[in-house]
Amino acid sequence: MLTFLARRIAQIIPTLIFVSILIFSLQQLLPGDPALVMAGEERDPAVIEQIRKQYRLDQPLPVQYGYWIKGVLSGDFGESLRIKMPVRDLILQKLPVTLQLASMAIVIAFLIGIPAGIISAVKRGTAWDYAANLFALWGISTPNFWLGIMLIFVFSIQLGWLPASGYVSLAEDWRASLAATIMPAFVLGNAIAAILMRHTRSAMLQVLSSDYIRTARAKGISERQVILRHALRNALTPVITLGALELGTLLSGAVLTEQIFSIPGFGKLIVDAVFNRDYAVVQGVVLVTATVYIMLNLIADLAYVLVNPRLRS
Amino acid sequence: MIRNWCLAAAAATVMVTCSPAAQAQTTLRIGLAEDADILDPTMARTYVGRIVFAAVCDKLFDIDEKLNIVPQLALSHETSADGKEVTIKLRPGVKFQDGEPFDAEAAKFSLDRHLSTPGSFRKPEIASLDHVDVVDPLTIKLVLKTPFSPLLAQLTDRAGMMVSPKAAKEAGDKFGLRPVCAGPYKFVERVQQDRIVFEKFADYWNKDNVFIDRIVYQPIVDSTVRLANLKSGGLDIIERLLATDIKDVTSDKRLKLSTGTSLGYRGLTLNIGKDKTKGPLSQSAKVRQALDLSIDREALNQVVFNGEFKPGNQFVNPENPYYQTAFPVRGRDLEKAKALLKEAGVTPPVTVDFMVSKDSESEAAAQVLQAMAAEAGFDLKIRVTEFATALKQAEAGEYQAFSLEWSGRSDPDGNTYNHLHSGAALNYSAWSNAAADKALEDARLVTDPAKRKAIYETLVKEQQADEPILYLYHRKFLFAQTTKLEGFKPMPDGLLRVVGLKLK
Repeated sequence: MLTFLARRIAQIIPTLIFVSILIFSLQQLLPGDPALVMAGEERDPAVIEQIRKQYRLDQPLPVQYGYWIKGVLSGDFGESLRIKMPVRDLILQKLPVTLQLASMAIVIAFLIGIPAGIISAVKRGTAWDYAANLFALWGISTPNFWLGIMLIFVFSIQLGWLPASGYVSLAEDWRASLAATIMPAFVLGNAIAAILMRHTRSAMLQVLSSDYIRTARAKGISERQVILRHALRNALTPVITLGALELGTLLSGAVLTEQIFSIPGFGKLIVDAVFNRDYAVVQGVVLVTATVYIMLNLIADLAYVLVNPRLRS
Repeated sequence: MIRNWCLAAAAATVMVTCSPAAQAQTTLRIGLAEDADILDPTMARTYVGRIVFAAVCDKLFDIDEKLNIVPQLALSHETSADGKEVTIKLRPGVKFQDGEPFDAEAAKFSLDRHLSTPGSFRKPEIASLDHVDVVDPLTIKLVLKTPFSPLLAQLTDRAGMMVSPKAAKEAGDKFGLRPVCAGPYKFVERVQQDRIVFEKFADYWNKDNVFIDRIVYQPIVDSTVRLANLKSGGLDIIERLLATDIKDVTSDKRLKLSTGTSLGYRGLTLNIGKDKTKGPLSQSAKVRQALDLSIDREALNQVVFNGEFKPGNQFVNPENPYYQTAFPVRGRDLEKAKALLKEAGVTPPVTVDFMVSKDSESEAAAQVLQAMAAEAGFDLKIRVTEFATALKQAEAGEYQAFSLEWSGRSDPDGNTYNHLHSGAALNYSAWSNAAADKALEDARLVTDPAKRKAIYETLVKEQQADEPILYLYHRKFLFAQTTKLEGFKPMPDGLLRVVGLKLK
C-alpha cells in the first residue's frame, strides 16, 4: 500500500510541473497586452512602461516563469495586477466559498438524483419512470442562467424569501449563508442530479437483474431491503465515482452560476482575471484547482485500492 | 425516519427564510456594474472605482450639478496672472479617518505622492505641476511648469483626493487595500468581487449631512440580476440600468429612476494614419464624411437605446457649455453621401474592417450602423473583439473603424487632448492636424471659459472636416433606486455622492 502511495505521489510532481508550464505558456498566447488593460482609460505610455517593468512583463517568458515558480515554491503566488492583493490571499478568500457551494450542490444532486434513479429503476415502465426520465431530460437541458433567473424571479422578487444574490460566509451568519447559497447550489446540483439519476437507474437495472438479487428475493427478504441493502450498495459504486468527478469540476468554479448569483468564488475570480489579463491570478487559481483535482483523483484511487485489494499489485 | 428528515428540512427552511432582516443601523446597499480596482487614489484607474471613492475620499474640489467647480476640502483658490501659480486655501478642522489632521503638509504630501509614486496614474493628469509650496498651515501654492487651465478640473477627481500621510507611509504600496482619507465614510472591509463596506466617520467635517450608518457596495455584473436585487429589496440603488429596463422600473411604484447625460461619448474612431491597407476610409476625408452622412443618430438612439440616450456629434454633449452650436448634429443624407463617394472616386461597396468590443450594447449599435451605412455604399464587416485584444489592435492600427466609448471628464481637455492631438496616447486614429494641435494646446493656456470655447470651435471645425472620430451619442446615466432612499441627485460625472442621502 505504501509503495502504491509513494508511486502515485511521485507521478503527481511531474504532472504539476507540466500543468504549471502549460498554464503559464497558454495564457501568454492570449492576444492583448496586460499592461494596456491595466493602464486605465488614459493609457499613458509612461504608466504602461512602468507596469511592464514592475511586473517583469518586459522579460523573456522563461525568466518570467522562473520568477513565478520560485515564488510559488515559497508560497508566494504573486500579486494581482488589478487590485494589488496577494494572489494567495485571494485564493484563501475564495476557496471556502467555492467549497461550500460545490459541497451543497453535490449534496443536493445526491439527494435528488439517487432516489429518482432508484424509483425509476424499480418502477420501470410506469408513470414514475417516465416522470423521473422527464426530470432528467429537463435537468440536463435546462441552461443554468435561465433556471437561475427564474429562481430569483420566484423566490426573491415574487415571494421575497431568499436574497437574489450575494454571499455571506457560514462563520458570519450560517442562516444567511444558507439562504444566499441555496438557489445557486440548487441550480448546480439540479444538472448533476439529472446525470446521477440516469446512472443510478441503469446501474440499478443491471444489478436488479443479477442472480444474487433473485436469490435474495427467493429467501423472502422484503423488497425494500432487497433494493436498499443488496441492490443499491452495488449500484452506487460507479455513481459515487461520477459524483466525485462532478465535485472536482465544481471546485474549478461554476462561472455562469456564480455570475448570476454574484457568488464570489473561483469561477468569477478566474473569468474577471482572464478578461483583465491578470496573469498572476489566473496562474494561481488554475494551479490550485489542478492540484485539488489531482488530489481528489488520488483519494479516489486510494479508496479503490482499499476496496479492491487486487489493484494493490 | 423519513418523517424526522422532513421535519428537520422544514425547520431549516423556516430558519433560513425567516431570519430577521431588521438592523438597528441604517445600511445603504449600492449595486455596481463591476468590481472596483485598487482603492488608492494614486493607483486607481477604473470608472467604477471613482464611484466607490465618493464614500471614502474627499477631494480638494468637486463639481456641482451645473458642472461648476466648487470647493470641497479647499475653501478657495486664486490663480496668478501668468497662470503659473495656484494658491489654495484649505478647509480648517478637517481630520483624516485615522484621526490625523488635514493641513497644508498633508495636502502637499498627497500631491507629491501622485507625482512621485512609480506607475502613478495621476502623474500624467497633473504633469504640469512642478512642485507644491506650503505657504502656511492651511494654504498651499501649486507652482506649474506651464499654465494649465484644466488643473482645477483634475483636482475634482482622483488627483484631488487627499490621503492620510501617516497611513500612506505605513501601508506603502498596500495603501489601497485599506484606504484612509478624509471622506464621510471609513473603510471597514473588502471581499473581492463581493462587497466593499464602509461605516460613518464620526469626525467628518460635514458630518451633519451624513445620515446613513453603513454603505455596502456590491458588484453585480449581470444587469438583470442587479435589477432583481433592487426589486427584491436586496439593494437600495443600482447604477448602469439598461435602457431596455426603464419601463420595468418606472412601472414599479416602489422604484424611482434618475438620469443624467454622461460627460463621455461613444464614437467611431476611424483609422487615418495607421491603416496598413490604405483603404478609402483612411485615404479620403470625403469617404469618412460619406460614412458620417449615412448615419441616422436619432434612429440609432431609438432602436438600440429606446430613445433614452443623447445623439451627438462632438466630444461634449449638446447640454455642455462647450458644445459648439454652430455645428449641430447633421441629419442623414444618403444622396449626399453617395455623391461624396463618387467625388472621392470610390466604387461602392467600400469595405471597412469594423472592430467592436464584446458587449451587447456595442454589438447592437454596430449592427444598426452596418445596416445604415450599407444603404450609402459601405460594407462594414463587424469584427467583435474582446476588449483587451481590441485595445492592442487599436494601438497597432489593425482596424479601419473602431467603436469606442470614453467615460468623459468634466473639462473638455480630458475628452480631447489625448484623443486628438498628434502622437497622443489615445489618438488611435493617428490623426495629425496642425490647426487642431494648436487649438488643443492653446485651450490649456487660457482660463476664461468664453475664450476657451472660441478656441475649441476651431478644433470642432477641423475635426468635422477630417472626421478622425465620428461621435455618435452620449450615454445617459441610469440609476434605479427604491423610493425609501431620499436625497439622491445624479451629477454630471455620473458618480454617486453619498453625503445627503437618507433612508426612510
